[in-house]
Amino acid sequence: MEWHLKTPLSPEDVEKLEAGDIVYISGEILTARDEAHAHILEFAENGVELPFSLEGAVIYHCGPLMQQAGGRKAEEEKEREEGKEEKSGWKVVSAGPTTSGRMSKMTPPLLEAHKVRAVIGKGGMKNVSEAMKDKCVYLAYTGGCAALAAELIKEVKTVHWLDLGMPEAVWVLGVEEFGPLIVGIDSKGRDIFTEVRKKAEKVLAEMEN
Amino acid sequence: MVVFLSSKPSRETFIRSLVDLLRKAETRLSDDVVNAIKKAETSEESPVAKSQLQAILKNIEIAKTHGVPICQDTGILIFFVELGSEFRPDFDLEAAIREASALATEEIPLRPNAVDPLTRKNSGDNTGNGIPDINWKLVPGKQLKITVAPKGAGSENMSALRMMNPTEVEGIKKFVLETVTSAGGMPCPPLTLGIGIGGSFDKSARLAKEALLEPLDSPMNEFEKEILEAVNALGIGCMGLGGSTTALAVRVRTAHCHTASLPVALNIQCWANRHASIVFGGDE
Repeated sequence: MEWHLKTPLSPEDVEKLEAGDIVYISGEILTARDEAHAHILEFAENGVELPFSLEGAVIYHCGPLMQQAGGRKAEEEKEREEGKEEKSGWKVVSAGPTTSGRMSKMTPPLLEAHKVRAVIGKGGMKNVSEAMKDKCVYLAYTGGCAALAAELIKEVKTVHWLDLGMPEAVWVLGVEEFGPLIVGIDSKGRDIFTEVRKKAEKVLAEMEN
Repeated sequence: MVVFLSSKPSRETFIRSLVDLLRKAETRLSDDVVNAIKKAETSEESPVAKSQLQAILKNIEIAKTHGVPICQDTGILIFFVELGSEFRPDFDLEAAIREASALATEEIPLRPNAVDPLTRKNSGDNTGNGIPDINWKLVPGKQLKITVAPKGAGSENMSALRMMNPTEVEGIKKFVLETVTSAGGMPCPPLTLGIGIGGSFDKSARLAKEALLEPLDSPMNEFEKEILEAVNALGIGCMGLGGSTTALAVRVRTAHCHTASLPVALNIQCWANRHASIVFGGDE
């Protein structure tokens, strides 16, 4: 099946997706990788509200390569972060997915604290299908396809936590028909990556015999 | 991809040429790599894997047309320098390579990836303590050859090194297969596998990395073919979603080692096998 979804995503949007389906997303996605995940969890632990909403959100495991349209320096941009209504002044150069496996441990507590409905990344995740059950899906985007992704990102809405560095900051991106994304882990517990890995392990065991 | 510049360069020309070289390495893949991916797409039977390979080929075209980096992980910059004994530069080559790296970061642009390993503070320009990584080799002759190979973290993180038992030569293949299986889709297959066998702990890793620079269309020996066939039998496929091509090529390099040692390093390269070379000063 092929689906075209709009953010924010509802639990119903997610429930109908099956492993192997193709998905295109329009609306808003937020980048978050290692440091941003650690930060989000820290905020949750201390009961501090985030500077952005994760209600029905789509998180993109991505450390983009950005360029400032007017050639402003990063420090100046940080000061401008206060006035969020303004156009960010940034443009995307290249923005493919990063290896999701690194976020495997931090994802179950993240889903516990926030109603994130989809996680986009590459390579799959270990031990998250239980935490995703009935509420979230993992969408695989072709690793390395950063120039293609940049074409589908229409706007850099704003940036949070730029002090973490360009790749680790949270970038709020406006996207249109972002995909094709393959449902790698669905909300019913099916996980293509684990299935493929188990099959490979079996082949390997047979080779040794 | 090799560019030739016949005259001995001034410092300015040298830096400008390196920025151009980096731009080329980051925005275009060489024909041997593109052809290998096309071949994989043609022979792939899984529709999901085929869709992923088609996205890769489309991405390569967009990057080339717009002159933008193929992948947002523009890597850490690794240089291999072959300095001819009769090539006499009148400036500090290392300082110039560092300056070119910082300039390329701003101009192309490249993602600033270099951080302090403990504080994780980003230097902002892809230079830092020991970065860019410059490997020097003195060779006879009048030329200076520089190869740059930007290396992303996704595939580098899945690489492995094992000090094996010297009687375990048969175990080398198993070590490679286990490493590739546990990596799954994380290193962005279809992969190129560089395997360094022998030397020492660190030399085996360097051999593995150098092996990745070999053109993908040059013939493989029997040992390399045997490993490639076994890796592809695993069925991990493009991006770990299942499929017939997990690796495009296997390259093995060896060096003599201690009689009591068997170092084996596997350097995993993602599909974006990026590198470009330039040769200075052939005419004098």
